[in-house]
Amino acid sequence: MMSTLRTVTAFLIALSIPSLALAEEAGNGHGPVIEAQEWSFAPPFGHYDKAQLQRGYRVYKEVCANCHSMRLLSYRNLGEPGGPGFSPEAVETLAAQAQITDGPNDKGEMFQRPGRPSDRFRSPYPNDQAARVANNGALPPDLSVMAKAREGGPDYIYALLTGYEQPPADMEMSKGMQYNTAFPGHQIAMPNPLVDGVIPYTDGTKPTVDNYAKDVSAFLMWAAEPKLEERYKVGARIMIFLLVFAVIMYLSKRAVWARLHRRDHAHEA
Amino acid sequence: MSHPSTYEPSTGIERWFDARMPIPRVMHDQFLVFPTPRNLNYWWTFGGILTFMLAAQMATGIVLAMHYVPTADGAFDSVEKIMRDVNWGWLLRYAHTVGASMFFLAAFIHTFRGLYYGSYKAPREILWILGVLILLLMIATAFMGYSLVWGQMSFWAVTVITNLFSSLDALIPGLGTSLVQWIWGGFSVGGPTLNRLYALHYLLPFVIAGVVILHIWALHVPGSNNPTGVDVKSAKDTIPFHPYYTIKDGFALVLFLILFAGLLFYAPNFLGHPDNYIPANPLQTPPHIVPEWYFLPFYAILRAIPSKLFGVIGLIGSVGILFFVPWLDTSRIRSTSYRPIYKWFFWLFVINCLVLGYLGAQAPEGWYLFFGRVCTLYYFGFFLVIMPLLGFIERPKKLPGSITQSVLGPGSHPAEAPPPVAREPVREGAV
Repeated sequence: MMSTLRTVTAFLIALSIPSLALAEEAGNGHGPVIEAQEWSFAPPFGHYDKAQLQRGYRVYKEVCANCHSMRLLSYRNLGEPGGPGFSPEAVETLAAQAQITDGPNDKGEMFQRPGRPSDRFRSPYPNDQAARVANNGALPPDLSVMAKAREGGPDYIYALLTGYEQPPADMEMSKGMQYNTAFPGHQIAMPNPLVDGVIPYTDGTKPTVDNYAKDVSAFLMWAAEPKLEERYKVGARIMIFLLVFAVIMYLSKRAVWARLHRRDHAHEA
Repeated sequence: MSHPSTYEPSTGIERWFDARMPIPRVMHDQFLVFPTPRNLNYWWTFGGILTFMLAAQMATGIVLAMHYVPTADGAFDSVEKIMRDVNWGWLLRYAHTVGASMFFLAAFIHTFRGLYYGSYKAPREILWILGVLILLLMIATAFMGYSLVWGQMSFWAVTVITNLFSSLDALIPGLGTSLVQWIWGGFSVGGPTLNRLYALHYLLPFVIAGVVILHIWALHVPGSNNPTGVDVKSAKDTIPFHPYYTIKDGFALVLFLILFAGLLFYAPNFLGHPDNYIPANPLQTPPHIVPEWYFLPFYAILRAIPSKLFGVIGLIGSVGILFFVPWLDTSRIRSTSYRPIYKWFFWLFVINCLVLGYLGAQAPEGWYLFFGRVCTLYYFGFFLVIMPLLGFIERPKKLPGSITQSVLGPGSHPAEAPPPVAREPVREGAV
């Protein structure tokens, strides 16, 4: 009984003295504001830019893949419809560039072999512990669904990759951390991964940090949502069907209910 | 049931069934010619929409279950496998997750409709109570279903919600903790927890389907309420369910499906939380644990109360109080349209629920917490103070003499002929 009273009293007191401060943006679980970019795959009629995805894969492979795994993707995905659209031969080649641990063989031993299209993307580290040791204790997250696992998606990835700056003078940085405008809390363990010209582009696109960031963000969006194009296409058909169906249903409803109106007003005629 | 059967078996097979198990008679009496008030508006179409949504969730869910792996190590990856490698898996999975949101949207509208038009008042109390029971079962089912993704938000939602039972420690020390460990099947949320949530998530929809049948049974004894709240007085007040309401419900369903398809195909993750695309990690708590949107008002109530046990009681009470609404409301008038004062309190209640939903998504501190408390007080005050008292104070507006008069005007004398039924072909355009 006493505790009931105490609770009720606490409740009433709590009601009467609201704390003055509004919740901080960071305390509320939302990070810094992320600027929206223009993407070729925006709904409702968008599609992935194949050349962009191929460039993005290149950035991923040359830079990101050194530390980040993408364990949900297989090399075969690179040639599947709605994706980067590499040819079957190109997929074979890309897969074969990776050394995959397979086994055990007849002698009970694990062995290395060139990758096949059915293999998952090779992870840079054998386990999380190895990844942490190699990265000052920080764990580079898996990138398979990264574009859906952060508020802002590809916009966030782009903002993060282009958001490295000198920290403000009054900010105290922890050891080994970099200042980043997009990262929640602004202190990120990942060093700035992109430098102008570090990856050569062969299709005439300028090899700038801005393009790298855009291309790899688009690539990660495809990786997270490989059925996006199919979804939009099916969606368009279903929407057209439903809209036509709705008109038919509306006219049918009116026709059926008109019987009732005719009956009600029969005596007036 | 409530009206005399008009079914006459016309073929041999119909007579055969009618003497053994009269399914055709029930279909005829309860579905085709069922006398339904002629003035039902579009708010009444959500019953049919909900039936469709339950069927859709079960259909997509059963196929998803064929590909899903209910283990701590396999769950997240199996969902991604469904999204990537299973034929049409992305469609099934998004239809199921977005479907859950659409299901709740329809259920909330359906509940508010019942609340506005006094559909819980005599003789429909059991109908209403069964509806609240369905809502509770839906909440349980959706919560368990959300856990199956085994992302960060799934895992921590399970942790937070199952931990609520430990509040019973305040009553009997040790009781809550033992109960929580029993629910978990261990000393923390893990594989055994996931496995049992999966089993129950598969079971509960069938329980819901059973209660839905009872809900429809309880509806078909007194028949539908209507926007005036005035009882059906003569055959002129009603029309056969088919074709009038099959076509009206059908049209509303198609409109509802347009919204559903819009979300499903163009913004399937709009209502979800990005953190749930991060695999569950027991060692890392997300900065901000929030449930799905349809639980946010209840979550806001839970957090508004500064005591774990009373918070849990508030959470359970926020839905549980609906069971008592038929007796809390003392007004004899069903429809809020004829209640000039209650109308204001009702719409304030609707806004209050929306605000609670907004507050549920914010951190419980500062003004958010303050308004959370104000809204919680109003939520319960609406049921416990306003509903009982207003019935004595309020002078209702004049009710129409009958449903027919409300449609055609007080002086109208509609033709005495019975409403045209499906059997009689009506020639459109005939003079």
